[in-house]
Formats: sequence, structure tokens, C-alpha cells
Amino acid sequence: MGRRLCDISPGDIAVVSGMYSQGSIRRRLRDIGFVEGAEVECLMKSPLGDPAAYLIKGAVIALRREDAASVMVEGK
Amino acid sequence: MDIVTIALMGNPNVGKSTLFNGLTGMRQHTGNWPGKTVAQAEGYFEHNGRAYRVIDLPGCYSLMAHSAEEEVARDYILSGEANLTIVVCDATCLERNLNLVLQTMEITDRVLVCVNLMDEARRNGISIDLPRLAHRLGVPVIGLTARSKEGPKQLLPAMEKALAAENTPLRPTYPKDIEDAVRELIPLIPAKDKVRRKYSALRLLDGTIPPEDADLLLRKRLEAQHRALEQKGFHIQRISDDITAVISSIAHDICSDTVKRECGSFARDRRIDKLLTGPLLGFPAMLCMLAVILWLTITGANCPSQLLSRVLFGFQDKLLTICRGTALPPWLYEMPLLGIYRVVAWVVAVMLPPMAIFFPMFTLLEDLGYLPRVAFNLDRCFKGCKACGKQALTMCMGFGCNAVGVTGCRIIDSPRERLIAIITNSFVPCNGRFPTLIAIISMFFVSASGTFAASVTSALLLTGVILLGILMTLLVSRLLSATMLRGIPTSFTLELPPYRPPQVGKVIVRSVLDRTVFVLGRAVSAAAPAGLIIWLMANITIKGASLLSLCAGFLDPFAHMLGLDGVILMAFVLGFPANEIVIPVMLMAYMTEGTLVDYSSLSELRALLLQNGWSWTTAVSMLLFSLMHWPCATTCLTIKKETGSLKWTLVSLITPTLMGMTLCLLFNMAARLIIPG
Repeated sequence: MGRRLCDISPGDIAVVSGMYSQGSIRRRLRDIGFVEGAEVECLMKSPLGDPAAYLIKGAVIALRREDAASVMVEGK
Repeated sequence: MDIVTIALMGNPNVGKSTLFNGLTGMRQHTGNWPGKTVAQAEGYFEHNGRAYRVIDLPGCYSLMAHSAEEEVARDYILSGEANLTIVVCDATCLERNLNLVLQTMEITDRVLVCVNLMDEARRNGISIDLPRLAHRLGVPVIGLTARSKEGPKQLLPAMEKALAAENTPLRPTYPKDIEDAVRELIPLIPAKDKVRRKYSALRLLDGTIPPEDADLLLRKRLEAQHRALEQKGFHIQRISDDITAVISSIAHDICSDTVKRECGSFARDRRIDKLLTGPLLGFPAMLCMLAVILWLTITGANCPSQLLSRVLFGFQDKLLTICRGTALPPWLYEMPLLGIYRVVAWVVAVMLPPMAIFFPMFTLLEDLGYLPRVAFNLDRCFKGCKACGKQALTMCMGFGCNAVGVTGCRIIDSPRERLIAIITNSFVPCNGRFPTLIAIISMFFVSASGTFAASVTSALLLTGVILLGILMTLLVSRLLSATMLRGIPTSFTLELPPYRPPQVGKVIVRSVLDRTVFVLGRAVSAAAPAGLIIWLMANITIKGASLLSLCAGFLDPFAHMLGLDGVILMAFVLGFPANEIVIPVMLMAYMTEGTLVDYSSLSELRALLLQNGWSWTTAVSMLLFSLMHWPCATTCLTIKKETGSLKWTLVSLITPTLMGMTLCLLFNMAARLIIPG
């Protein structure tokens, strides 16, 4: 079942399955570890609900909802 | 003797600058957040009779340049100038760091991998098999802790060894179709050696290097290869994806072979984050921290300020008495003493203590890793104003110094959002304006100074002033996004680094010695000539009136509309070189005109100001105007340098001034309505 990264809740762990964004943000996301098969965990949301912080490849990265929406994940 | 050139490279916030400082003995500012080093720095050192030059490259996640920093780093490595490239890695997230190592090894053989933050990794249950890592990568590897005393020294022998070593770095093999296309392109590429020719061919294929940079023949062949690849299903996006996928999978493979991670690593960080960025406590915690820092600054600065003024002005009086006893003409000693010395003494007495307390405390927060959390908490607000969340980081830097904040705006990739951050940076009061705000607040809005309740009230009021500054930043960002800098917010990623125990002693020594002394030096060098000017203006008379009263009188009508007076406005104008001197210049101007008072504490200063027609509305206007007026000369020059445009420099100058004047005007109109007469 494919879901968007922005839809997983804090505490959930998923596996990256694809990406829709284009251009430099796509490259940047891939550089910091959002590649197919990578495990990602949603750690927390910002007090105002957006952005959210994700644990990816051992580092904590915050992404805005729009950017997290371009990453497809599958439940683990 | 030849100089050996060493390049330091690595992901943002892995400790390159710490290593750089350790090696060269220089004092690049370091802090626990990504993007601290925005320009490349250069330093020198000697070891075993050899001279070394060290280049500290800006942090980057990859060499597939899509930001200015990455381009700088890639071009530097491609130039081949460095005899050795040290790729600094973060032991706590080695896998991602290995991407950069692998990419660097695609350009050069001369690589030394330095796995930093070994202590942090150990503390969090991560162990790394370094010999095995070196074996797999085919280049030397050293593990260390750059922040420790021995850290940088451990690097030296490894560096010497790496310089002499013959490496066989691990180089990725890509899918056959891509490798075939690369082989076709290589003969036409004008790079120096085979390795770099292959690298350029790959970057042409994946679109990192634009085809316009290639000559006609190469471009033709590139187009042909792209067409051929497309027929096999490899459109340009897929080529680029496949290349990064190969590198990531190698990094993943090496890490599963060399890194052991206990579960529950960084559990403490997660718990702290739950509190500091939680929905309930996120914002209150931020406000509390700000208020506490301000309270400590206010209470801590009180006593040393009084002591300094007693000593400095006592000395002035002694000198004056001695000089008056001699046959010297009065102007000869009054000019340096009552002009230059007095203003400089004011700057030191009133401005130095708060600066020396506020700055180290702020640096501690920075060292701890809290600032990126502030950006994380506030990003939603910036998004609402169509700006970048990293603007919060540049504002934090602005608390120290607006010029530094403006330079820091380089961490924002989008040019539109960067300009917004630059233009609005001076809405955050810098270290040079804090003491002004503190002095005004403690003089006019706190009943009996010296008590605990009074200091708390002062801190809360000051927090309010800063909140107003933040509100104005958001408002003006929104306005700019709707007018001059239209656009939609772009994507960005923000890394939240692990919390690190701050190095308290080091931070205090560094920020007092380097920072405060530097800023104070600048303030004093601006204060001395300003003091001279004021003295001359007060003592040169035209038709019975001093130049000072003429000038102040000229500015008076306009200044009164803003709720200020001519002297205050003139002090702001003379304070253009450095904001620190506004209050000293103002006091000085009042004193040359009026009677000399005994100035041992703020309450006497208050009496002097009241004598000169101040009321609480004057004080509020003064607060508003010092929060929002033209940025100081250094900041303006920095803006000009960063934007390269006179237009945006002027916009940055006019915007806060206009805002300040408007608010002052509105406030005074409202005040007159409420309290007639």
C-alpha cells in the first residue's frame, strides 16, 4: 500500500518507495537519504503541525508538508 | 619549500570548522547547526618542517551541485589544487556521509576519510570498524573527536601518511547502458586525467553540468547518447536517479558491514525534542529561554556597569582637576577629555557589560543545538509569509550582529527568500542595540530599580520589544512577498543536529575575547570621532548659538512628530557607524548643553533625561526607533556585498526606517489622543 510521507504519524516507520518531485529538491532529498528502500521514521511534528521531522539514515531532517508529500512510502 | 594544500570537505555541521581551527590555530566561528561556514576559509600551519595550507570548504551533502556551496566545493576538488582532500564524516550518521566520500573519490585518489564525533557515536551506542571501513573504501580512514584537545593532533600523522600513500579508491560501476555512453563521451572531454574525464562525462549525462558548457562536437555526441539511452528507457531523470541509487546502495552496503548500532540510540535527544518542539511546550519554552537570557543579562550587567562608570568617570574628573590647575588653555584638555574620552567611557560602561553577558549565553544555546529547533518551531509562520524557515536561523545570528545575520542568509537557497531575509534582518535588535533598549526600559518603565521584581519586569518588557521585532519581520516579509518579491515558497530541508553538551569554558573565553572585544573595538573607534564632533559642535558658536543647538533645533520639528527630539535623532544619525554609540552620544549632547550631573547610576541618568523634556512617550518612541531604523554602516556594506545591488541595499535601508517612523508617528498620535496636552 503506497502512502505519502506527509501522511505518516509520529512514531510510524515506513520504507521509501518512490518520489514525485522534480529538479533540485529531488536531488537534495536523494542526497540526504530518501532513496528507494530507505527506512524512514516520523519523529514529531512542529508545534503548529507543519513541518515534520523525520529520522532518515541516522539524521533528523525537517520537511514541509508539500515536500514530504512528494515522497511515496510503504508500510513496514 | 613547497606548500602542501589540504581541503576539508564534508556534510554540513560535521565539525570541519572545529578541525580547521584546531589545525591552524585560527578562530573561525563554530556552532552546532548546519550551514555555519558559508564562505570558504583558508589558513596555514607548519608540521615537521613542512608548510600546509588548509581550505575549509562549505558543507555540502553531495557534489551534484544544486546549491552555491556544493558548486564551490565541487569546483575546488575538480580543480585539482588540493594535494589531499580530507572528507570529514559524522560517525552518528556515517551512511549518508559516505555518499559524499564516494562522490569525492570519483574525482580524486588523494582522499583521507576522517570520521569525526566518535565520542558522540560511542555515547549513543554506535560502533564503527574503522580498519574494515578503510579496507572497503580503499583510502585511509581515521576516527577522532575534533572537539577534544587531542583531536586535531591525531589528524596530523594520518595526514602525512595519506599524502604518501598510493590509494586504490573504490569506484562505483553503473548500469551497463550508462557506462557505455560514458565511454563514448570520454575521448572528447578536455579534463586533465582519466578519472576526471569519466567524472565530467557522468555529470554531462545526468545533467549536473549543463550541455552549454561543452563544445559543439561533444554536445552533438552527448545529444546522440541521450537519444540512444532514451530509447532504452533511460530519460535524463532516470540516469541521474540510477547514478545516485548505485552510490547510495554502495554506502548502505559498506555501512551494514562496518557500523553497529544499538537500538534506542539518541533516546535522550528524542525526549528533549518532545518537550522543546512539542505542541504544548514548544512556544512557551522558546519564550522562557529568551526571557531568562535577557533577565540574566539585565541583572548581571547592572553591577559591573556602575563599577565601570564610577572608575572611568572618576578618572576623568581627576584628569580634569589636574589640567585645570595648569596654565593650559581649556579647549586643549577639554576636547580630548570631555569630547573623546567621555563618549568612549560611556560606550564601555553602558554597553560592554550587557554585551559580554548576552553574547556568551547565546553562543551556548547555539553550541547546544537549540537554534535549528527554533527554526523548526517557527517555520509554519514563515511559510505563511511565503518565506523560508531558515530565516529564523539568520534572525538568531542577527541577535549577535546584523552584518553576520546578513551574511548568514546564504544558507537560504532561493534568491527571493534570501533577499527577504536580508532586508528584514535588522528588525532583530543586535547586540549593539540591546544595551540601549535595556537602559531605556530600566530607566522609564520599572519603578524601583535594583529589586528582583524590577529586573523581571525589565526582562519581560524587553522580550516584548523583541517579539514586536519578530512580528514586524513576519509582517514585512509578507508585504515584500506580495509586492517587490512576489513568489511562492520553495522547498527546503532543515537538519536538526543532535544536542551536544556545550563547551562552557571555551565558549565564554572565545566569545568574550574574540567577539566582544572586536565589537567593542569597532564601537570605540566609532565613538571617539563622534565624541569629538559633538564636542566641537557644542563649542563652536554661530551668532551666540552653538552648532549643536542649531542642528538639534533644525531636526527638532521632525523629531517631535516621531515623539523624539532633535538631539536623539542626531545621535541616531551619528550612530550610523555603530549603534552602540547612540545613547552615549545623546547623553553627551545633553550634558554639554545642560548642567553636569553626578552620573553613577541609571536613576541619575533618568534625571538628566527628564531635565531635557523626556516623558514616557519619548521613551517608547526611542524604543521603537532603536528597534527599527537604518541598519548600521557595517550591515549596509555587508548587504551591498551580499546582494551586489545598490537597489536592494537602499530597500534594506529604507524599509526598517519607514516602518520605525510610521510606528512612532502612529504611537504619538494615539498617545496625544488618550492624554491630551
